[in-house]
Amino acid sequence: MLQKDSKTGAIRPEMFQPLRRDSGQGEKFQRERLTAWQDIRMRLYSNKLAMTGFWIMVVVLLFAVIAPLIYPHDHFTNDLTKTNMPPSADHWFGTDDLGRDMFERTWKGAQISLFVGFAAALIDLIIGIIYGGIMGYYGGKVDEAMNRFAEILYAIPNLLVVILLLVVMEPSLTTIIVAMSITGWINMAWIVRGQIMQLKNQEYALASKALGAGAMRIIFRHLIPNAMGPILVTMTLTVPGAIFTEAFLSFLGLGVQSPVASWGTMINDGVKSMTIYPWRLFFPAFFLSLTMFAFNVFGDGMRDAFDPKLKK
Amino acid sequence: MIRYILKKFGFMLVSLFCLVTATFVLMNAVPGSPLQSEKATSETIQKNLEAYYGLDKPLIVQYGIYLKNLVQGDLGISMKKKFQAVDKIISDSFSYSLKLGLVSVVTSVVAGCVLGIIAAMYHRKFLDNLAMIIAVIGLSIPSLVLAPLLQYVFAVKIKAFEVAGLNGPMDYVLPTIALSATSIAFIARLIRSTMIEVLNADFIKTAKAKGLAGHLIVWRHALRNSMLPVVTFLGFLMANVITGSVVIEKIFAIPGLGKFFVQSVSDRDYPLIMGITIFYAAILMVSRLLADIAYVLVDPRIRMSGGKGAK
Amino acid sequence: MKYKKVLSTAMAVTLAGSLLAACSNDKNNNTASPSASATNSPAESQASQENKTPQEFRFTLASEPPSLDPALMTDAQSSIVASGLYDGLTRLNPEGVPEPAIAKEWTMSDDGKTYTFKLRDDAKWSNGDPVTANDFEYSWKRALNPETASEYAYMLFYLENGEKYNSGEGSADEVGVKAIDATTLEVKLNSATPYFNSLIAHYTYWPVHEASVDGKPEWAADAKTIVSNGPFLLKEWAHGDKLVLTKNPDYYNAANVNFDTVTISLVEDETTVYNLFETGKIDWIGAQAGVVPLDVTPKVLSEGKGEVKEIASTYYYLFNTKQKPFDNVKVRKALSMAIDRQAIIDNVTKANQTPAYGLIPPSIGGLDGTNFRVLYPDSDYFSENVEEAKKLLAEGLAEGGLDKFPETTLLYNTSEGHKAIAEAIIDMWRKNLGVEVKLSNQEWGTFLETRDAGQFGIARAGWGADFNHAINFSYDLIHPKSLNNDGKYDNQAVGKALDDAIVATDEKARLDLIAQAEKTAIADDMAILPLYYYTTVTMKKDGFEDVVSDYAGHLDWAFGKKTN
Repeated sequence: MLQKDSKTGAIRPEMFQPLRRDSGQGEKFQRERLTAWQDIRMRLYSNKLAMTGFWIMVVVLLFAVIAPLIYPHDHFTNDLTKTNMPPSADHWFGTDDLGRDMFERTWKGAQISLFVGFAAALIDLIIGIIYGGIMGYYGGKVDEAMNRFAEILYAIPNLLVVILLLVVMEPSLTTIIVAMSITGWINMAWIVRGQIMQLKNQEYALASKALGAGAMRIIFRHLIPNAMGPILVTMTLTVPGAIFTEAFLSFLGLGVQSPVASWGTMINDGVKSMTIYPWRLFFPAFFLSLTMFAFNVFGDGMRDAFDPKLKK
Repeated sequence: MIRYILKKFGFMLVSLFCLVTATFVLMNAVPGSPLQSEKATSETIQKNLEAYYGLDKPLIVQYGIYLKNLVQGDLGISMKKKFQAVDKIISDSFSYSLKLGLVSVVTSVVAGCVLGIIAAMYHRKFLDNLAMIIAVIGLSIPSLVLAPLLQYVFAVKIKAFEVAGLNGPMDYVLPTIALSATSIAFIARLIRSTMIEVLNADFIKTAKAKGLAGHLIVWRHALRNSMLPVVTFLGFLMANVITGSVVIEKIFAIPGLGKFFVQSVSDRDYPLIMGITIFYAAILMVSRLLADIAYVLVDPRIRMSGGKGAK
Repeated sequence: MKYKKVLSTAMAVTLAGSLLAACSNDKNNNTASPSASATNSPAESQASQENKTPQEFRFTLASEPPSLDPALMTDAQSSIVASGLYDGLTRLNPEGVPEPAIAKEWTMSDDGKTYTFKLRDDAKWSNGDPVTANDFEYSWKRALNPETASEYAYMLFYLENGEKYNSGEGSADEVGVKAIDATTLEVKLNSATPYFNSLIAHYTYWPVHEASVDGKPEWAADAKTIVSNGPFLLKEWAHGDKLVLTKNPDYYNAANVNFDTVTISLVEDETTVYNLFETGKIDWIGAQAGVVPLDVTPKVLSEGKGEVKEIASTYYYLFNTKQKPFDNVKVRKALSMAIDRQAIIDNVTKANQTPAYGLIPPSIGGLDGTNFRVLYPDSDYFSENVEEAKKLLAEGLAEGGLDKFPETTLLYNTSEGHKAIAEAIIDMWRKNLGVEVKLSNQEWGTFLETRDAGQFGIARAGWGADFNHAINFSYDLIHPKSLNNDGKYDNQAVGKALDDAIVATDEKARLDLIAQAEKTAIADDMAILPLYYYTTVTMKKDGFEDVVSDYAGHLDWAFGKKTN
């Protein structure tokens, strides 16, 4: 709407220049989008903390992908003569209880944990937004029924579901993500529901409705974007939650099988030897925290950048 | 309002019935049985055991018996903790979880709100960044690491607190910190996130323009309008925290409900699984109902029963 | 049913002298300390009474005792607590020798099938009632009653018609136990059982108080309603939290009971238990009453703060002998010979375990005070030899018509320790034989069901002693008819030798037969893959004496004392 306004108010001679400049690129639509993105990007770039977060995530991801390829040790070969060695030139992050290289295992674990964490968060996000959006917008009987279903699902002992899943499915990353997604989205759905209930009676939503917009359009075009703040915050809780749930599910036998280890399982094991071989806990825990920190500040920055209300 | 609540309770009973059925089916579908042990037992003895616990009857009969007892308020007797009544186990362990849980919820809300408000009021300034760094650290260090770390540093090394147990008020300090860290961080971030929006909203600007003092704006207008996601979160934080955290209970040796629940599943202690599930669900549903009621109180624009948005 | 019948006969015939020999040749310094319960000398009781400062002993258990009802107990946790609460006809001292307890003396008929126990008349229940022969008759019949649903009822199948009654075919009146008068108990057995006086120290044979128990199944779950007759009273049982026991002043042997209070906290986390010990909140770790965490074990041992004691348990892997390639003996041998057991003990399990090349652990008794493993060493059953293993594997695979080792999984129940061992072993197989084996872990309940159903290639297993005799480790693990033979190993010659061992009249001949069966099963057939014999690491605070780990690795504390 803003852009339309500026267009109608534009002075004629100046209108020709940008058109000519753009002639090779096509429609105005694209240009407008481009500037919107540029605007967001500019705001994001100016947010130093968010950019720090962004680059940390890039570096961690790069390490997770590249480090296992070029580092001389593998993640599974034992060396019983070199168990629990502190970090050294040969083993940068030290070795674990079976003499396996912790650097290699940390980055191998990063692959699993990052994948599981973000995949689970994404699935929760999608289901949660749809379910919560519908629940909150329609209210009444729809809300009641959907709410009850979510509550029942939430209250069924997750442990039982997971153990049963173990019987029907082979242990794998997919199984893990399925297991987590069965109930993981409910939290998100409730947060979204609360937000939508609050927002749906606001002026812009009512206006949109009065103009004949469909429910879906109102929910997803108007309400959800305005609820992005709590949604993103909830997501930042989902990611580490998923990473540790993965460790717990591995404990039940559902996850990736050793000798492959995720950050979650490494932290689980490392905690027990925390006071004696601190590096076994420190490295996976440090990189998990670092990633989470980066994700959080970047997520914050993104939200701020996208939010037109916060434009300075 | 009373009719509304009564109706909700009616729905709750229906939900509980569905839950009982689903859990009963699941529990019996899962491999393993409460009577199994590592060493094989002879058939005679196995048969005696099955007869004793009624496991020799067809599942549908077992289900009927369970429902009948349940309606009469009888949750049965644990199969592994010999002759301990399920309701007694729940009430004993819940008293520990409840105490610790309430302390933790209050801590989370107070600390989370303070951090969040500071961050929002000083948006993009040093205090904001500091508060958010604290919050993010809280989010990313899991209680699994935090709890043993606190135990080692403050109980073993500094000897300021006890290693385990919940015998005096001071014993609550370490478990509460470990239990609240994540929710403090989460609430702080929720508050900050919504409050930044609210502080930019027109009614706040109006208030400012009218010359209302900064802190009054925050307290009278902004906080109330930022509380909604927190209230939602509290709905299940309450349910989750007061029914106990397995990790915290294990590390600080607190005989709470969470520990018994995990144990009941790994023991396949059917009556205990059912009992704790029902109890947990009831708490969850009541806290969610309270959260819904709180919505209306917090934001008068929300109507619970149907409302304008619906039909 | 068949199995237990055979087993109970096995137990009935073979135990001769073995329980007596329980810990007698233990070279541990535990034996150096004087045994409190063994002596009734006035001098010592005097000494303990002069010691006026109240003595407290504190330890932890990982989980709550499932039951303190003797008929329903099945586990170490319960027995550690209850051994302080109850007294049977006899009681095993720390060396494993039975000593008169409620029974003053007894006689055995010429055919060895009838025992007459004379009970002491000064033994009392905690409610003041005298402990009588009727209590024993009632308790034993109660444990056998099918309606009691006792899992350990088979411990009483030695009694005439005991099994018949338990299976619902006989009546209580036929069971071979009868109170002649208040202090005389007559017991009729199925067959001569020379070690019966040791057996009656087992908890399933402990008495309960009829009036407090009858019709009140929940009697033993609450400190207020439990009625017991042992050296200690259950003062408090905060479920899930702790148990507090206090000295029983009316105990007939109270002069030799030194602890005034015993506090048992329920703490699951190993690190927390260790931290409690380090901060002086508990006095003991080990022997099923807390576990010294794996990572601190080497430090604890090197600093002399802990002791290692052998316990009667074996850690092994099962081969599914009905499944390719494990149906081939050469493949099984190759996998077993390619493992460096000492390296696993030194680097993974770290508690000076003994490498196992057989089934029967070193602390199991043998003959005349010499343990079984000393009489029949397992060192020549097979040796670790990578070159030989490679050769055998190639031959075995060829015999099985396989051109390479098929995809297999090693199943274990979730635990950090089991995981580390499994990881070390598959790495040795990979390096030494070029064989890739995948790991699969399952939580306990699922694991048991999967293993029972034989849905595995290789599976972890462990076996702890039910009673102190080699037959308990051979019959149960390798007899073709045993329900615990989950690898379905089936060698009729082994079955025959073990069947013969059960009915052998001479103990030496019996042990020879067991050793022969064991040797065939391991040296010739490699029916299972033995890894190591368990140990327990124990730590205790200075000044505590006579709190020890017994042969099976359970804490024995009731007659312990504190000297400073």
